[in-house]
Amino acid sequence: MSATAGQQHPIGIYLKIWLLLFVLSTFSYLVDFFHVEGYLRWTLILVFMFLKAGFIIAIFMHVAWERLALKYVLFLPLSAVAILIILMAVEGDYTFLTRHLYFDR
Amino acid sequence: MTIQTDTSTSYTAPGIEGMVSDWSADKQAFDMPWGKLMMWIFLLSDTFIFSIFLTGYMTVRLSATDAWPNPSEVFALEIAGHHLPLILIAIMTFALITSSGTMAMAVNYAYRGDRRKTAWLMAATALLGASFVGMQVFEWSKLISEGVRPWGNPMGAAQFGSAFFMITGFHGLHVTAGVIYLSIVARKVARGDYEQKGYAIVEITGLYWHFVDLVWVFIFAFFYLW
Repeated sequence: MSATAGQQHPIGIYLKIWLLLFVLSTFSYLVDFFHVEGYLRWTLILVFMFLKAGFIIAIFMHVAWERLALKYVLFLPLSAVAILIILMAVEGDYTFLTRHLYFDR
Repeated sequence: MTIQTDTSTSYTAPGIEGMVSDWSADKQAFDMPWGKLMMWIFLLSDTFIFSIFLTGYMTVRLSATDAWPNPSEVFALEIAGHHLPLILIAIMTFALITSSGTMAMAVNYAYRGDRRKTAWLMAATALLGASFVGMQVFEWSKLISEGVRPWGNPMGAAQFGSAFFMITGFHGLHVTAGVIYLSIVARKVARGDYEQKGYAIVEITGLYWHFVDLVWVFIFAFFYLW
């Protein structure tokens, strides 16, 4: 095993990210608390979600310091998930429309 | 073509070139203990499971003709006369984030060789995870008593129940398994079982635990806030 086997970083960075995750979670809770609606709501929810997820993956899970060989293994397969989401969004809309067309009371 | 004998056998070459040498040189492709790589592969497969659950939830919610129950109201609680939307879910979120913090610190202390602190921080992580599961049990029993079932509920679209029980149930199962996993490894750390082998195991356990927190970030956004 090489010298990089153990991930060692100053403790301060974990405390900072920890605090940041608290703040971001509070923000996403406040989006609901203040009844923010429409596109602004969805944008804020997604921004806070991706920021939180990004910090957890990059810092807490140490991916920021990993080799590119691992990063590609982790993130390339997720493009399949993105395609699935797009396909199913189209499918869901189609089902909704046909239900209205043929089963509307 | 230049042959770089100096970088192909080490893990120092940066960028794409480094990746090519990692994959093609006569050495293992990933610069990490095998257990850590296996945990990553497992987490990748788990990512697909949760992605498929959440995509399935998206599909039924998009195609439901009845109104989707408003999660902000469904998960609201009355505390000391105040009507607080989503409050239990917020507390659960903070419990899980706090546990992620203590876990990150445990990994750090493990590599510093501080066994006592590592074991205590892992125990704290497990305790916070157990409290998360406890709150989830409360949430489930509250919803069940209000008549929410996998096949229907009094608030709106019938698909709400099945999506809720399936997604939060599967996540809760992961948290429960994580608590057991953490307790076992914490005990072994305290006993000094890893003095010879090294403390990569704490980082591996940490990867699993952070992943559980990561999944909750997406469930919180898509199921509870959307």
